[in-house]
Amino acid sequence: MSFINYSSREINCKIVYYGPGLCGKTTNLQYIYTKTNPEAKGKMISLATETERTLFFDFLPLSLGEIRGFKTRFHPYTEPGQVFYDASRKLILKGVDGVVFVADSQIERMEANIESLDNLRVNLSDQGYNLDKIPYVVQYNKRDLPNSAPLDELKKVLNPTTVPEYEAVATTGVGVFDTLKAVAKLVLTELKRGG
Amino acid sequence: MGTPQVVMFEEEQQQIQAVCDRLQRDSNSIAILVINKDGQEIARAGNTEHLDVTSLSSLFAGNVAATGGIAKLLAEKEFSGQFHEGEKTNIHLSLVAQRAILVVLFDSRSSLGLVRLRVKKASEELAKVFEALVKKMSAGNTPTVLGEISDADIDNLFND
Ligand SMILES: Nc1nc2c(ncn2[C@@H]2O[C@H](COP(=O)(O)OP(=O)(O)OP(=O)(O)O)[C@@H](O)[C@H]2O)c(=O)[nH]1
Ligand SMILES: [Mg+2]
Repeated sequence: MSFINYSSREINCKIVYYGPGLCGKTTNLQYIYTKTNPEAKGKMISLATETERTLFFDFLPLSLGEIRGFKTRFHPYTEPGQVFYDASRKLILKGVDGVVFVADSQIERMEANIESLDNLRVNLSDQGYNLDKIPYVVQYNKRDLPNSAPLDELKKVLNPTTVPEYEAVATTGVGVFDTLKAVAKLVLTELKRGG
Repeated sequence: MGTPQVVMFEEEQQQIQAVCDRLQRDSNSIAILVINKDGQEIARAGNTEHLDVTSLSSLFAGNVAATGGIAKLLAEKEFSGQFHEGEKTNIHLSLVAQRAILVVLFDSRSSLGLVRLRVKKASEELAKVFEALVKKMSAGNTPTVLGEISDADIDNLFND
């Protein structure tokens, strides 16, 4: 749920990176963090296990600049991808304005991708959202790995509604900002339409 | 589908600020934060220069969301308040009107009893302000700034 403050002239939007365990959600945020100017970012918060798996969420506050005198602030979160953290995942989706589904391109993760996407749909609708109606983009991550599935196959299975989609290698940053910009743009466009 | 939005206007912002300033004085506390449930700051008062309010807001909201989730699993109504005791700093968290989180940071110059007492009154006042906000929003007289944003404006934001 975007928060528009006419007093401080700020627009705040929440974006959630969703996807199966180890697909690279945290890596996306880490890359954004390292490549963003200090004045445009706050601290990155990671609530993680000792083995660096996301336990509750990662959070990175970003200021993208001004539109018509309004500061635009984006708050990307990642969810914990491991299946048993489902209760936490539901909480992270509360108040979401836009979703990035990060798929793991490796062939052996196809089933995990499908399961996670189904789970996203269910958890969104529990919160009263419809995946087909909210700002939503798909990222095919880990394109650098030799065991990655053909792009066509990923597209067919994971993006039947053909929302904007990006190939990525989050560890080196390929596609990371394209993905973020695409979802941010959809969120602002939706805000404009709704507001 | 119009995205449901939360808005804040000058008038209500000032009222909330006034309540926070008074709460901070009356409770003899270090600082006051008002955060929306999604983790975005609404107002702050007191000694906040050394605080990373953005990070704190997201963590307090996460904390309240987790506690709310626990309450649900226990078939308990949302826990209305929380208290964390630190070596130097204590934290009192409470929900206002189901939509905002009121945080009081205090030390030995105050006490939990005093904080609870002052928070009760401040919460009632804040609840009234939020009620007025909801009314304003549903009356549909929100400014049109967002409608005036053009596709070009949005594109410009990303041309760096
Ligand atoms: N080869 C390769 N490895 C990647 C890529 N993106 C992420 N990784 C690696 O995959 C592992 C898991 O990445 P994370 O970002 O922690 O995954 P996550 O999606 O946050 O996982 P959870 O927190 O458990 O949900 C790390 O070792 C990353 O370095 C990529 O594009 N290519
Ligand atoms: Mg993670």
